[in-house]
Amino acid sequence: MKLLTHNMLTSHVKGVVKGYPLLIKATEVKMNEVEFNPQFVSRMIPKLEWSALVQAAEELGHREDLPGELMAEYEKDEEFLKKVHRVLLEVEVIEGCLQCPESGREFPITRGIPNMLLNEDEV
Amino acid sequence: MAATCSRSRLQFLLHLAQDNLDFRLPEIKALLALRGKPFLPGVNFSEQSPFWCLDGLCEEDVRTITARSVCAKSAIELWGHGKTHSELKTSLLNYPSENMLPYMQKDSTYKISVDTFNKTLLFPERIKRIDALEYLPFEGTVSLKTPEHIFVLLEDYGTDPNNIPEHPNYIYFGRWLADGQRELIRSHSVKNRHFIGNTSMDAGLSFIMANHAKIKKDDLVFDPFVGTGSLLVACSQFGAYVCGTDIDYNIIHGKGRSSRKNRTWRGPDENIRANLRQYGTEKMYVDVMVSDAAKPVWKKAALFDAIITDPPYGIRESTRRTGSHKDITKPPDGIYVESHVPVSQAYHLSDIFTDLLHFSAHHLVMGGRLVYWLPIYRPE
Repeated sequence: MKLLTHNMLTSHVKGVVKGYPLLIKATEVKMNEVEFNPQFVSRMIPKLEWSALVQAAEELGHREDLPGELMAEYEKDEEFLKKVHRVLLEVEVIEGCLQCPESGREFPITRGIPNMLLNEDEV
Repeated sequence: MAATCSRSRLQFLLHLAQDNLDFRLPEIKALLALRGKPFLPGVNFSEQSPFWCLDGLCEEDVRTITARSVCAKSAIELWGHGKTHSELKTSLLNYPSENMLPYMQKDSTYKISVDTFNKTLLFPERIKRIDALEYLPFEGTVSLKTPEHIFVLLEDYGTDPNNIPEHPNYIYFGRWLADGQRELIRSHSVKNRHFIGNTSMDAGLSFIMANHAKIKKDDLVFDPFVGTGSLLVACSQFGAYVCGTDIDYNIIHGKGRSSRKNRTWRGPDENIRANLRQYGTEKMYVDVMVSDAAKPVWKKAALFDAIITDPPYGIRESTRRTGSHKDITKPPDGIYVESHVPVSQAYHLSDIFTDLLHFSAHHLVMGGRLVYWLPIYRPE
């Protein structure tokens, strides 16, 4: 699971009000080289919840020098875009789980794929 | 935002494959919309015909169509047309020679192709037609193998294979610009794909859907019933980053029984990511997840530039959602074993589509498209 996806996920456990962002508890994280595309990164930044991204990168120990605040005029700052690219697309959680911050319900991640299915009694 | 062109008032002709007739016009219109250009049919337009004349475009516009369309076989810059060869000649003699001369230079090479629809011409008949064009100012040398310029004479013998007229209904002549992307239908055929399922979408239809969705480079596309990822393969080919979900754990993980005749179980390299890798678009892979489309897991924001999907119809694949009508008995300590597969109940077809429309309204960017298949029942 990439952090781009994680930033867009929220808990859908019944009755939960504050289900975002999901906490990441990773037991295996991999770095995967992906071709840098500054236009795509620029397009994704407005869709992101910046603090959630920083928090997630921090949780995985892969934050490095990602700034805590999103600066203005980032479209032309290639160095900054490269840092965002690395965090969004190159850090992959292979094994672990996503945890609902309110209910504590855990969604397992196996082979890089989260399983978001709720059990029949939770639906 | 309309793209600007240098030379207007040129006419172009698309030669379309006579296949998927209902999907052709939306495809061409969608591709023109990506350039901010309207669809302006020219002379003699008939949606059923394989020949469409287009006005109000420039060469760049037409090249962007051919760079993406799987419905168009080729495009030509139209120089002349008519119901008979003498009408064609008049039309060609009226075409401004300054538009012709750059392609007729003495030191250039060219060839003339004759193509007919709904009739087969023998070789001598083709040669006769090429010779009849001697009134055009060709100065260059003919090269059949590596011509710099290709000119095309097209004859339309109608659309009734049981009633082929002796003379063509309409004739066109022009300069060949480019071929469409019908080769993708062969190169991305599901027959040769690493990972397929029982209902993997045909390559041609996947590309048509991606065009209908107005996919452009750097888009983010989602498929909520992703299966084996056929639609994502097509979108990634056109430069979009892709993600998908499916309720079926085995298909997402690439496990279980193979859909191929000669194999029992799926191999280790059979999954959606491997499919993208097969066609060199693995870098467009964002994520796939096991998830119930009836219970979306995405934050409520305009996340996706397009949603492209083929929901289950309940015929070749089951329609289900998590949940049960029966009384649920939780395990005594409330903990399910890791291999627990949630019980599912029927997901009624009408609910599938209501949920899909609802989801799209909340998660598509403004102007973003939802493209999906809707099964209909036609009682005979």
